[in-house]
Amino acid sequence: MDEMVNVFIMGKQYSVPSSLTIMNAMEYAGYRHTRACGCRAGFCGACATIYRILGDPELKFCLACQTKVEEGMYIAQLPFFPGIKKEYDIEKIKPDESIMMQLYPEIYKCIGCGACTKSCPQGLNVMQYIAYAQRAEYEKCAKESFDCVACGICSSRCPAQITHAMVSLLARRLYGKYIAPKSQHLSKRVEEIRQGSFDKEIAELSGKPQNEIRELYNSRQIEK
Amino acid sequence: MEVMTKEMLESIKKVEATRGSRIGAELRRFSAEEKEELLNKYHPDYIKEQFATLSVGANKGQKAPIELAAMLQGRSRVLDIDVDLSKADYEADVLVIGGGGAGASAAIEADSRGANVMIVTKLRMGDANTMMAEGGIQAADKENDSPVIHYLDAFGGGHFTNKRELLKKLVMEAPDAINWLNDLGVMFDKDNDGTMITTHGGGTSRKRMHACADYTGAEIMRVLRDEVINRGIRVVDFTSAIELILDKKGRAAGAVLMNMETKEVLVAKAKTVVIATGGAGRLHYQGFATTNHYGATADGLVIAYRAGAALLYQDAIQYHPTGVAYPAQMFGALVTEKVRSIGAQLVNVDGEAFMNPLETRDVAASSIIRECTTNKKGVETPLGHGVWLDTPMIDMISGEGTIEKKIPGMLRMYQKFGIDMRKTPILIYPTLHYQNGGIEIKEDGESTKIGNLYVAGEAVGGVHGRNRLMGNSLLDIIVFGRNAGRSVAEKIKNVEMPKNSDLTIEHVKKFEEELLRAHAESGEISPKLLPTYTHGRKDRQHA
Repeated sequence: MDEMVNVFIMGKQYSVPSSLTIMNAMEYAGYRHTRACGCRAGFCGACATIYRILGDPELKFCLACQTKVEEGMYIAQLPFFPGIKKEYDIEKIKPDESIMMQLYPEIYKCIGCGACTKSCPQGLNVMQYIAYAQRAEYEKCAKESFDCVACGICSSRCPAQITHAMVSLLARRLYGKYIAPKSQHLSKRVEEIRQGSFDKEIAELSGKPQNEIRELYNSRQIEK
Repeated sequence: MEVMTKEMLESIKKVEATRGSRIGAELRRFSAEEKEELLNKYHPDYIKEQFATLSVGANKGQKAPIELAAMLQGRSRVLDIDVDLSKADYEADVLVIGGGGAGASAAIEADSRGANVMIVTKLRMGDANTMMAEGGIQAADKENDSPVIHYLDAFGGGHFTNKRELLKKLVMEAPDAINWLNDLGVMFDKDNDGTMITTHGGGTSRKRMHACADYTGAEIMRVLRDEVINRGIRVVDFTSAIELILDKKGRAAGAVLMNMETKEVLVAKAKTVVIATGGAGRLHYQGFATTNHYGATADGLVIAYRAGAALLYQDAIQYHPTGVAYPAQMFGALVTEKVRSIGAQLVNVDGEAFMNPLETRDVAASSIIRECTTNKKGVETPLGHGVWLDTPMIDMISGEGTIEKKIPGMLRMYQKFGIDMRKTPILIYPTLHYQNGGIEIKEDGESTKIGNLYVAGEAVGGVHGRNRLMGNSLLDIIVFGRNAGRSVAEKIKNVEMPKNSDLTIEHVKKFEEELLRAHAESGEISPKLLPTYTHGRKDRQHA
């Protein structure tokens, strides 16, 4: 049997097995999540959680599905944060400096406190990627922020009221669409298909009886 | 932190001892006969007593996993409430049920063609299996590849059971799907000259796996979600569809909705409905752990089946060969196939590479199960057994930093629980991953049985036959999501908005009566909507 620990879910005490994640411990205690639960594997950012260990003044931040419970853990969750998401037409905007100024001017009010970086459960250098966004260095911003799961914790900590996840998402889309090098082989293939270059061959293959296709499959060459 | 058992530590020494000789060694692939035998003996789909025969509905007489059959033949929530169809809380040309990759793609395409679209989703927009797809997305866009070769790979991988016209659409529209995503701003892995970095997946004969590190699905989903919001498409979140609404002619005309938080029942009427509700991993077939999203409970299949839709291959389930077997906190979570794509071998307790790591998923899962059962070469863990995925090989083959660059999500996930996969191998075991079957559709995405009802993504059956290849699901949700979006945009031109007096849910009562006549009612409320977990606590009672 697992060792039990005491945790305080929204301040209320429960005794739960020490091997469980915060998310599972809440279920063990009797909760059935509707909020603050999504992929359960660290990708979706639904389970942003803030906690403090009894006796320790430091606030800590994590994803509930990726963090084990500890004795004396006081747990609060942040299933939703009222961030700012500006609407734009990706076809009409340009990857220049004016776009950030126009959509997310609050990034220029960053005071460099580093609270965002300190709170990121993904360990990202959030303040750095905001600095890149300020300078319209979208490639750097995109790469630095790539593992962001948009949990919103950084925004809840930001004195400049920046919605970091939305800023970096804009930077990534600008990079992916306008700045990253174009894939010539891709546009070539799309055009070939549009012109019907494979129509005959695919019709032939998909029209063959199963045993013939099976033979082709079993004898096909596999690229090293 | 979790401590490895003595047996694990001893086995790791053996894995390390053989590693040098395994690097670069060509691992034989199974012959067609060997594969056949493996599947028959070890694949969970072949365990007869785990399947039930359906007594009612379009697939009467056919098999389905016990847990799915209990949902399909379960009890509808609307039987116990008076649903007032005389007023509609929502009205749209297109009602999309499901806020994952397929639903978002359908919504964007329909919206861009002028349709008034509404998305209803049980949790948040983007909470879906799409978000969790790590490895990649296939498309034959390289010089040495073609949609024809892609077709052959997928057809063989699907044991020649794929619906041919659907598979043809999948491979022929694949490059355009990548192009579309790229134009929306998805950050694909590329070389400096723009060439897509592509790798193998299990069962591919060409390197056509495109990726965005190991956040491929997450990157695609967050861009699609952003695009849905930018377009001002109406999203009603934390709201499930608990039944379809039909018109007097038996065509789809909306859905009965339920607010997940307040339990309020609402009515949405629409000219067309797109089911994009995804998979069923959270039904935990045969007790397997799952890689799936919290909401993957086959809702769309259940409500469509009650309304008369036919399913296809509802008995074919994909078990991903590499789910986390240790540590317990991540039990069942996905270890992306990309880990094998970039060089990690599957190794048993004695340090032997017992198979080629790039067999198709069903064969690989069966082989791992055989290694742990009949061959008794698995590694015991606190929760069962598993085999090693020898991850330190990756950096040894491709240089230090490869793991950090190519699979950062995996590295981080293990690090959070005290394991550095660059230095120690990881323990894996097959986990419930994908619903190969689903609702049967025509080429334009419409149900073969119910007019004005379209289906896209994992809820569809037939695209992949009885076994899907890695990277064809992310592709499927984009290709068939867009396909459904384009089709409904055309369809609504010739469909009148149904009158409230024409709306009906009588089919639910009829289905229930048939169930009672056949003594086949499972008694379970369905769709399930969300699973219930207690994590081993048995004495829990709720008021």
